[in-house]
Amino acid sequence: MSVQPAMPKSWRVDTKPHKFCPGCGHGLVLKALGQAIDELGIQDRAVFGCDIGCSLLAWDFFNVDTIQTHHGRTTPVITGLKRANPNLIGIAYMGDGGGYAIGSQHLVNAASRNEKITVILVNNTQYGMTGGQMAPTTLPGQKTETTPYGRDPEKTGYPTQGPEMVAAITREGAYVARGTVANLRQLKNYLKKALENQMAGNGFSFVEVLSTCPTNWRTNAEETWKMVEQELPKYFKVGEIKVPGGQKEGEANG
Amino acid sequence: MPDKPIEGEKRVFMTGNEVVAWAALVAGAEIMYGYPITPQNEIMHYWTRLAPKYGREFLQTEDELSAGFTTIGGVLAGRKAFTATAGPGNTLMQEPMSMAEAMRLPTVVVIQQRGGPSTATVIYSQQEVTMTTLGGNGEGLRIVYSTANHQELFDYTIKAFNTAWKYRFPTFILGDGYQAKMRESLTIYDPASRGIELVEAEPYFGKPGVPGVDRPPTQLRNTYNVEEELYEVLEGYFKDYAKIAPEVAEHEAFGLEDSDLVVISHGVVSRACKAAVKELREEGIKVGYFRPITLRPLPVEAIRETANKVRRFLVVESAQGQLARLLKEAAFGCPVEMLDLFKPGVGITAEDVVSRVKEIAG
Ligand SMILES: Cc1ncc(C[n+]2csc(CCOP(=O)(O)OP(=O)(O)O)c2C)c(N)n1
Ligand code: SF4
Repeated sequence: MSVQPAMPKSWRVDTKPHKFCPGCGHGLVLKALGQAIDELGIQDRAVFGCDIGCSLLAWDFFNVDTIQTHHGRTTPVITGLKRANPNLIGIAYMGDGGGYAIGSQHLVNAASRNEKITVILVNNTQYGMTGGQMAPTTLPGQKTETTPYGRDPEKTGYPTQGPEMVAAITREGAYVARGTVANLRQLKNYLKKALENQMAGNGFSFVEVLSTCPTNWRTNAEETWKMVEQELPKYFKVGEIKVPGGQKEGEANG
Repeated sequence: MPDKPIEGEKRVFMTGNEVVAWAALVAGAEIMYGYPITPQNEIMHYWTRLAPKYGREFLQTEDELSAGFTTIGGVLAGRKAFTATAGPGNTLMQEPMSMAEAMRLPTVVVIQQRGGPSTATVIYSQQEVTMTTLGGNGEGLRIVYSTANHQELFDYTIKAFNTAWKYRFPTFILGDGYQAKMRESLTIYDPASRGIELVEAEPYFGKPGVPGVDRPPTQLRNTYNVEEELYEVLEGYFKDYAKIAPEVAEHEAFGLEDSDLVVISHGVVSRACKAAVKELREEGIKVGYFRPITLRPLPVEAIRETANKVRRFLVVESAQGQLARLLKEAAFGCPVEMLDLFKPGVGITAEDVVSRVKEIAG
């Protein structure tokens, strides 16, 4: 008899198996998020907002009220919701394109206002859904459909350091961390803390997650894992970056 | 905290923007999300002064994309949320309102039109008709009231919240710079004192119980896997819209019985037209007056009936035929001839209309 790994309680069983490509990091992030929702017992008042981009494939992922909104606009939708009903736990879930390019003004301003919402941004270093174009997070030298010879930072800039930016513009009360799908236990812990921070009414909570896109990276299992475990953390330090009045965990804490 | 902003009725002398703030308050609006742009700024100014006295909220967002999307968030939480904008802000507002249309969300938006393309033409126009009625990448499933004076700004702002929450289509009040900024007398009132019942807001999200256990989760989306799936959803919406259109459509008219030329206009321009038609009729020139109050849905039946009866329409607007286009579509196939008096971005006086009619009459 084969034993199926347990799904988080807050997952919607009838929409599984999910629609992400095999080896995609989104499913892992959503698993960690589902576990965090379960452990905090907030399935009844969590609201999940997902963006355009591969995150939209999660529009029916959870047994949680969900809105799938426009490219880059998930942050203001969840902001408006949270302001109108502070009892809800607002989760805005997006890609690096949605959060750092088209929707960056929303991210910056929500962070500056210390909105009491949780933003989870999946960094897979390119635009997944539209077929692998350059994103603000594309690594120097990385080949994408719009940087076929590799990203040249002289022409297109260096990868956006999102959590570092958010940490710099938020005040006390914000929670900022960078996790990775290569360490799910730690990721779940960060997501839980980000949600707890919102529940405590402290302020803005932001978690970037280093994630995989084997389809557009055109990588096999081994290379995919090498990329997320070894290459990405060279540019994007994993760890807690800002913790309200507490002890930070991880490497970014240096 | 007083729960009734207005007891009974009160005669007042106010700017249009102040009127909108009071109307939103008595309509039970709970939260406004906004971004500054002339000529609607004072809606926010009055709202931010009045709202805290009645336990209402405000958020100044980073732009109109955000103002529209936060308004959507407020509606999802089950609150009567609204926003206001103009010109280039209206352009940005079309993105969130396309989503509100596609998800049948009862957002309320007040537009105070200004000249276009308008990075600084802040005064007046009727050039936002096409954008407000049909803007966005959708089919224009929305309700647009075009007001002509301050009394209507008050009446129809209250009505907009009711229409939006009753029928669940995004609803717009289309005013303009003159209505926004000028002062005029009107009667403000507690809707209950006139027997107007306020439609209750209901939450989309956060209803009691655990989703998936006690109730199904509410899951709204823009994404459809196959074309047919979207088609089916839209077919349902079109049916709903067609059903409510005759209930929602409104117009005002006189002098249609004995006239062979009818002056058609909307919004503030209709005041000049009304005065002109009255003056002309006193002179013995038989002219009719027609004004759609809803620009979306248009009062199509009344327009066609008139267009089948009279020989000529004179369409008067402060735009290059944005209303005329809607009328042509509505009157398609009717034997009416369409004449015009267009002054894009410029106010129109009764004298302008009188002399145009006399020119036509010969
Ligand atoms: C206004 C607008 N511009 C462009 C698009 C096309 N578009 C869809 S998804 C996407 C990129 C998404 O990339 P990212 O946010 O990084 O998410 P991922 O797919 O990688 O998870 C783009 C540009 C759109 N839907 N809307
Ligand atoms: S394209 Fe990439 S990000 Fe999108 S589902 Fe496939 S693997 Fe995941």
